[in-house]
Amino acid sequence: MYKYDEYDQQMVDARVAEFSDQVRRRLAGEITEDQFKPLRLMNGLYLQLHAYMLRVAVPYGTLDSRQMRMLAHIARKYDRDYGHFTTRQNLQYNWIKLEDAPAILADLASVEMHAIQTSGNCIRNISSDQWAGAAADELTDPRPWAELLRQWSSFHPEFSYLPRKFKIAVIAAEEDRAAMRLHDIGIQIVERDGVHGAAFYVGGGMGRTPMVAPLIKDFVPLEDMLSYAEACLRVYNRYGRRDNIYKARIKILIHELGAEEYARQVEEEYAHVKSLGIDPPRAEFDRIAAQFAPPALDASAPDAIDRSDPDFAVWVDQNVAAHKVPGHAIVNISLKPVGGIPGDASSAQIDLMADLAETYSHDELRVTHAQNIVLPHVRKADLYALWQKLDEAGLATPNLDLISDIIACPGLDYCSLANARSIPVAQKIASRFADLGRQRELGELKLKISGCINACGHHHAGHIGILGVDRKGTENYQLLLGGSGAEDVSLGTITGPGFDEDGVVDAIERVTDTYLAQRTEGERFVDTFRRIGMAPFKEAIYG
Amino acid sequence: MVEHLHSDGEEPAVTLDSFLSQSNATAVRLEPDEDARALIPHLDRLALIEVAFPKFRDGRGYSSARILREAGYTGELRAQGDVLVDQIAYMKRCGFDSFSPEKPLNAADVDAALTRWPEHYQGAADGAVPIWKLRHG
Repeated sequence: MYKYDEYDQQMVDARVAEFSDQVRRRLAGEITEDQFKPLRLMNGLYLQLHAYMLRVAVPYGTLDSRQMRMLAHIARKYDRDYGHFTTRQNLQYNWIKLEDAPAILADLASVEMHAIQTSGNCIRNISSDQWAGAAADELTDPRPWAELLRQWSSFHPEFSYLPRKFKIAVIAAEEDRAAMRLHDIGIQIVERDGVHGAAFYVGGGMGRTPMVAPLIKDFVPLEDMLSYAEACLRVYNRYGRRDNIYKARIKILIHELGAEEYARQVEEEYAHVKSLGIDPPRAEFDRIAAQFAPPALDASAPDAIDRSDPDFAVWVDQNVAAHKVPGHAIVNISLKPVGGIPGDASSAQIDLMADLAETYSHDELRVTHAQNIVLPHVRKADLYALWQKLDEAGLATPNLDLISDIIACPGLDYCSLANARSIPVAQKIASRFADLGRQRELGELKLKISGCINACGHHHAGHIGILGVDRKGTENYQLLLGGSGAEDVSLGTITGPGFDEDGVVDAIERVTDTYLAQRTEGERFVDTFRRIGMAPFKEAIYG
Repeated sequence: MVEHLHSDGEEPAVTLDSFLSQSNATAVRLEPDEDARALIPHLDRLALIEVAFPKFRDGRGYSSARILREAGYTGELRAQGDVLVDQIAYMKRCGFDSFSPEKPLNAADVDAALTRWPEHYQGAADGAVPIWKLRHG
């Protein structure tokens, strides 16, 4: 994985010094909260309901065991002994003191980490495929491209006061594991005439006006990618709406201009920007790519797995995925135990996952947008020993992509924007469907919960989505069906009137019963929904 | 770097509309929603372009500045308005060479802000050599 050189380290150290000075001036009353707010946000620091929340960047979701242990250390020293992995592959601490923030950033910088641009109206941390470099179906490892974008977007002088936040995802496989087309810019690395380039999808997003990003350019050569991204951003920075925060995302600009007109304007700007010489040479990409060279994996390692322990076999079937190298596998660690808080992990669990990565996965871990952890390079022969250690720590829940593998935002338990709680609803659903046989019978079913219209819990992209709203002072939950954040991307449709907390759990049960009654052999929930439409589900829920 | 250098003899900046309709002005003021490219045919007769920042959070002026510098403008490029110490390093990178903040800035903070960054990741309008170029010569 990518290692900082002296330049990268200098930049992160300078940022720590800058922010320490800003905090000092804020605490001394030299700058107002209004002036300080965008500065702290660009360092990942939010003011939440009860305390400051610090969001630490995990670029493209990749980290090593030393970095993972630092996350545990910070949770122990400065927070309440746990951290929360987020839908943008980052980690949040919910109970931070402002005066501790500079020390935490200094701790992070000591292991090549930071909280740069994890919030604010700037280009956010770049996300990617959590199976990058390991997936059997990828064209290439997307992370060198993402790292190139990370450096270009870090402290970008022109794009740090954008109309609104800006999220970029990069993938390089047909299967989309990063919700690429629901980002402001989604990049898919594609091949043309034996050469790799970037397909740009621009103007996707969730929030109160969800949109799937249209294809704006089908092939941008690697050598021009930053120029093209710069052109995309410049058109947005100049013409994105600033009169209304709810209409300020790039998706609204592109919707109002039309994708074709936006593409034309970008093309014009691109023709100009390309002449400025802002694109690094191929040698810089090669320097970065060399650091993502695959670990030395023994392709003659045994491919067979001893499945004699039935609990282990269930976990293998559900949580282990195909690796590109024979004899190896990708292990998905679910952070969704029944009754738990989706994405939360204790310091001890974080430390354990770091140890296991060191022992079994060439020192690498990944964070997924579904709020789970991945050990990307595990020998199949080691799976059983690894599973036993995970199981002891409560980390072997075999529910990847099942109904209890729920994405949920922090909701009203933590967030000052939320209208309703998300966590208790997630816990009730997981408890209702706790029986694993029942979950497996339902098959792949992605359930996503947001506690407000900002959609941090990706409810629009859930096969089943839940949106918490405030209805005359009480929490009310709307149900959506048929969304997807994967390569079959779609936006969910609201079933009808909302429910109270228990009511929405009952409604989901009626939805899944309808699915079981209507599905054809091997058909996933979302495919049944697409085939038969909303009516039978509506009838079952409200009829 | 010129900071808040309003000499008494300075010609007042006119609005973009006035500038485009009169041929003798040499100083113009650009609002956030005005197109910097409208000035490109006239850059050689301009001595001052003042870019307005009515609110520091409105970042359109950063693009205006870069567009003007990229088009070859070499005169004074001034950031005026809600210009704060924590934004001026980025402003300088975008091509601003003078600042006219509504509220005076603390000189020591300005010095710290402008010397904070040893290098820069990306090319911009300040002529700084980006890190990728330092890496590869």
